[in-house]
Amino acid sequence: MSLSRRKLSGHLLSLLTIVLAFIMFFPILWMAITSFKTEAMAISFPPRIFFTPTLENWRIALFESPFLEFLWNTIIITFASTLFAILLGLPTAYAMAFYQTKRTDSSLLWMMSTRMLPPAGVIVPIYIIFLRLNLLDTHLGLIILYAGMNFPLVVWMTRSFMLELPYEIIEACRLDGANLWQEITRVILPLLIPGLAATALLAFIFTWNEFFLAVNLTTRDASPLSVYVSTFKAAQGNLFIAKMSAAATAAVIPVLLAGWVAQRQLVTGLTMGAVK
Amino acid sequence: MSTPAVTDLAHEPVHKPAKHANRKFLSAPGIAFLVIVTQIPFVVAIYFSFTNWNLLRPESQGFLGVANMWRNFSRILSNSDFYTVLWNTVFLTVSVVVITFIMGLIFALLLNRPFPGRSVARTLLISPFLVMPVAAAVLWKNVLLDPSFGISAYLFNLVGINNLYLIEEFPMLSIITIVSWQWTPFVMLILLAGLQSLPDSTLEAASIDGASGLALFTNIVLPHLRRFIEIALLLETIFILNVFGVIFVTTTGGPGIQTTNLPYQIFLEAFSRWNVGRASAYGIFAVILANIVVVMFLRILRNNDEAEVKA
Repeated sequence: MSLSRRKLSGHLLSLLTIVLAFIMFFPILWMAITSFKTEAMAISFPPRIFFTPTLENWRIALFESPFLEFLWNTIIITFASTLFAILLGLPTAYAMAFYQTKRTDSSLLWMMSTRMLPPAGVIVPIYIIFLRLNLLDTHLGLIILYAGMNFPLVVWMTRSFMLELPYEIIEACRLDGANLWQEITRVILPLLIPGLAATALLAFIFTWNEFFLAVNLTTRDASPLSVYVSTFKAAQGNLFIAKMSAAATAAVIPVLLAGWVAQRQLVTGLTMGAVK
Repeated sequence: MSTPAVTDLAHEPVHKPAKHANRKFLSAPGIAFLVIVTQIPFVVAIYFSFTNWNLLRPESQGFLGVANMWRNFSRILSNSDFYTVLWNTVFLTVSVVVITFIMGLIFALLLNRPFPGRSVARTLLISPFLVMPVAAAVLWKNVLLDPSFGISAYLFNLVGINNLYLIEEFPMLSIITIVSWQWTPFVMLILLAGLQSLPDSTLEAASIDGASGLALFTNIVLPHLRRFIEIALLLETIFILNVFGVIFVTTTGGPGIQTTNLPYQIFLEAFSRWNVGRASAYGIFAVILANIVVVMFLRILRNNDEAEVKA
């Protein structure tokens, strides 16, 4: 009797969890659904759930708008800055993992604290410096800043992955006379690939979604997707809800997929390794 | 998932090979880069905050002079708008942190028991955090909360309310709702990691000793979760203090300055009034505010180390 009652309440809790999860996800789902409606149906009331889907909005939102130009900017900036952060971060992480000094711990905490600096606090000097160096509205400008933003993340994460490597392997390759380059490229990197992939995915997520620096330091030529999406803040006539939903859905999908894939590393990355 | 744990800096293995000691300098290029990108702008911001430079008045560029150097700060502090903006920033941050803590804890507890569909539920629940904040904002503003065809209109209709546009009637509440929706998964993920690091045997032992569900929760689960809660809420605070995109899209800080927080005020000061000096001074306040929280956060991390070394 009491066992079956416990079982029943267990099922109810499971059901409740799934319902709540669905409610939290619903806005995203609704955005995707709206993107397949005609414009008239998108603003019909009461909201319609059943309808004949159309791909027309997607075609217009992606190919008859500047969407792809902004997407291209986002892709260049995201990939270049992630790569740059990893190229700079790997040697730093290596030194801080295997050649620790008295200052290593405080350097790590300092790095973490730079990640927490409010961007608004430094936006004015960055703008002026970019103005002087002709970096305003360029890919390079945002690539440098985003690399700086992701560098602490790369160091913290790859360093912790390096510390988990079996030290005997590294010692053995040194005894065999491997030099630094061979040690890193032949021994450490191959073992580090999964961790590095997770790190890159996290850097990708943060960079793709960044808006504050992008909107203030670019005007059009180098603006990423987040800036394009923000232009939908003012309704552009009545016939734009479905197309807007299509563009926003397209802008969101890559990060959703990356986040679902990197679920396990998400917590470590979000807390800079404070929680594993 | 491997056993999650709170990191400790102190107990990591220290390898000290005598050879190759100069390899420790491999960290130099990266650190130099980080100093250039993050610290130099801050030093420049401090300098700018002592100038009366306005980009609209090119001749105005210059140091205010030793006697006048605090003018930007004193003007800010003597303007009542500053306190409104500060209050908005704190109110938004604290509201979101409280709401997301409650919801995040509930979700974490619900997800911390095995059931079919659990990984799907978890995946759905983390999704709002992954959505680009400006996309979330346009979605809520133009689709979900629209007064004539939005989901909110449908729900309000059921209880007999017509044509209520939340973003206009309750702008701050709308922003809090959107930001909380996005950040609940963040708290949930960290607390879930905390719950999963609690050994089952501890709970079993306690329940065999006759502890009730509530007693288990308050005497064992909550104390164990404490560090995770602290880390989650402080980190979240640091990021919520910077909320910008959602405000930019939904209310542009208005009506008046009702939903203007510190980052948005800096944005207005810098990029619509082009007042370099004043905006930089505001920036210094933002850095100070963030640093108060960051110092608390680092202290907790340090305490973690000590606690674990002692154990």
